[in-house]
Amino acid sequence: MKKILSILMAIMIIATVFTGCNRNENQGATQQNSDGKTTVRFLNFKPEIATVYDEIAKAYNQETGNTLIVETAASGNYEQTLAAKMGTNEAPTIFQINGPKGYANWQDYCADLSNTELYKHLTEKSLAVTVDGKVYGIPYVVEGYGIIYNKEITDKYFALKEKSTEFKSMDEIKNFDSLKKLVEDMQKNSEKLGIKGVFASTSLKTGEDWRWHTHLANIPVYYEFDENDVDLSSDATKTINFKYSENFKNIFDLYINNSTTDKKVLGSKIVDESMAEFALGQCAMVQNGNWAWSQINGIDKNTVKAENIKYLPIYMGVDGEEKQGLCIGTENFFAINSKASEQEQKVAADFIYWLFSSETGKKFVNERLEFIAPFDTFSDEERPKDPLAQEVIKWMNNADVTTIPWNFTVFPSQTFKEDFGASLLQYAQGTKNWEQVKADFTKSWKNESQ
Amino acid sequence: MEKNMKKYFPIFLLPTLVSFVIVFFIPFVMGIYLSFTRFTTVENATWVGIENYIKAFTQDENFLNALWFTIKFTIVSVITINICAFLLALLLTRALKGTAFFRTVFFMPNLIGGIVLGYIWNLLINSILGIFGYDITYSADYGFWGLVFLLNWQLIGYMMVIYIASLQNIPSELNEAARIDGATPFSILRHITIPMVMPAVTICLFLTITNSFKLFDQNLALTGGAPARETSMLALDIFNTFYGRIGWQGVGQAKAVVFFIIVALISFIQLKITSRKEVEN
Repeated sequence: MKKILSILMAIMIIATVFTGCNRNENQGATQQNSDGKTTVRFLNFKPEIATVYDEIAKAYNQETGNTLIVETAASGNYEQTLAAKMGTNEAPTIFQINGPKGYANWQDYCADLSNTELYKHLTEKSLAVTVDGKVYGIPYVVEGYGIIYNKEITDKYFALKEKSTEFKSMDEIKNFDSLKKLVEDMQKNSEKLGIKGVFASTSLKTGEDWRWHTHLANIPVYYEFDENDVDLSSDATKTINFKYSENFKNIFDLYINNSTTDKKVLGSKIVDESMAEFALGQCAMVQNGNWAWSQINGIDKNTVKAENIKYLPIYMGVDGEEKQGLCIGTENFFAINSKASEQEQKVAADFIYWLFSSETGKKFVNERLEFIAPFDTFSDEERPKDPLAQEVIKWMNNADVTTIPWNFTVFPSQTFKEDFGASLLQYAQGTKNWEQVKADFTKSWKNESQ
Repeated sequence: MEKNMKKYFPIFLLPTLVSFVIVFFIPFVMGIYLSFTRFTTVENATWVGIENYIKAFTQDENFLNALWFTIKFTIVSVITINICAFLLALLLTRALKGTAFFRTVFFMPNLIGGIVLGYIWNLLINSILGIFGYDITYSADYGFWGLVFLLNWQLIGYMMVIYIASLQNIPSELNEAARIDGATPFSILRHITIPMVMPAVTICLFLTITNSFKLFDQNLALTGGAPARETSMLALDIFNTFYGRIGWQGVGQAKAVVFFIIVALISFIQLKITSRKEVEN
């Protein structure tokens, strides 16, 4: 009797373990609630707006009855989180790829989106990730970066008696030479201006160096590809000469030599510190994009007034750069999981369209997410109000300047970027000369493009 | 009773066995399988043979650099940790005031998580190097010694506790007899204490070797591999391979298998050697 009982117990234990698995599988297969409503999952890329997405999910549920579960990856961990989640029963239906390279990694999971409503409303079709006429990623936010400056401090400089330049306003800064003169003279007068340095710390800590190895490197790469007429979707992107490396060096030297921080200790600086320096008025300029507004605004004792935050293109001494604009583009593309059920894929496409077309959705996009959305469902008035986004729109619509696209989406790999960031740090610390940095750049590009 | 135990032991073993198979054995076998494939997630793997292993050793110099750095690090830290821990244990088994207090103090760093320790020491080391206008990323040597120091600080207390337990087990008659025979303190240490604590040495060596070899979070938080991956150890290099390049997940997995074999081999040899030196009480 006892024996039978214990065997029964053992079987029950095992049974519960396995039924547990079973139940999950069933859920994963259909994700359909009893009332015919569907549940979709979205893996969010931007941790700074995770709470807004929770509210959006609630609003979406009230309007349509479908459930949206939003999960957020920790900063800098999106690919890891996505890889971990994709293998489970709770795989995201909507996820995000960062351009052609991201598509290459996730091609088995990207559904064709060319027939979705959202794609039809995309204003600039060339922004989407397309392969052989099929659409795999829809950009949902346009962002721009450049040199952000605090007009209050530059005006103070222009009014300074001791200044040794002739400049009277930032409008006169149209190329690298003038920028260099201005910055170096401002640095000399930094005490009178009440700043620690002109530029915020060039954050070169591993993982915090994307402003240089990705964003700043975009500009010389853009000029080189542009000059050689390189088709960005072809294999021609696999080699590079880094022809404009001297120009990169120009601006990079300017950043690290006229900074709040000694260049030998830049290896432990992080982006948050740079943005805090700017927000507290300890520096006049910082290179970053419009997403940084929440960081500037979120700092206690922030002394920078919204109306004084302006953009300057990143000049580095290339011929004809007087006509250069900001770097505007995107690396945020919606993708829909092709392995999800058809019903889920349909609801997922409905949700992203709802977010960028319904009154409720658009209100969230403009006021809470503060995205500049590239869709014709938005009128000119329906735009985010934050000063950096306003500035980006202003530069984008300025017909006199050429906007630089985000070509860094074709950079070969994360390893390439990290290697270049590490070289830049060694250059700043003086343990590597520029020739080596340049050689490393082309070598690593070639290796990683295989 | 004995007979009953024998009859039922498969049943009592079953729950443990099942969970062992689910959480360890299956993932382990899958991991080995994935090292021979190209994959994005565990579900869509395609077989590529030993290509990943070839890539790990030929196309990626980082792996061998990391291996060399890890070996150097392990040798230095195993020696320093064990010597310091043993000396501390000797000191704190004397009849001194406050030994219990000091034992607790030395043990405490072991209770803090590695990633937190890494960030704390990053701040401390940078603020000291900052006086001279440098930081820990300036040279691989700074990172190396920073890591050695950090791991020492973390593990000395733990090893010390093991050594103390072992020291207290030495029968006091042995020491007394030796002293009456006129042995110097050094020869007592050499011929009685050390042979008697050999079992503890086996354990401590095993723990320190495997811990140093597998070090990850401290490495990630303290240096992150800077400058230029020169201070990245094997575990960090595997992590970076896995996520840093498109299509290299399989290579990361292959590196992980090689890593497992190395760690298993080294600790096996070490256990063999040191347990031979243990004496019966």
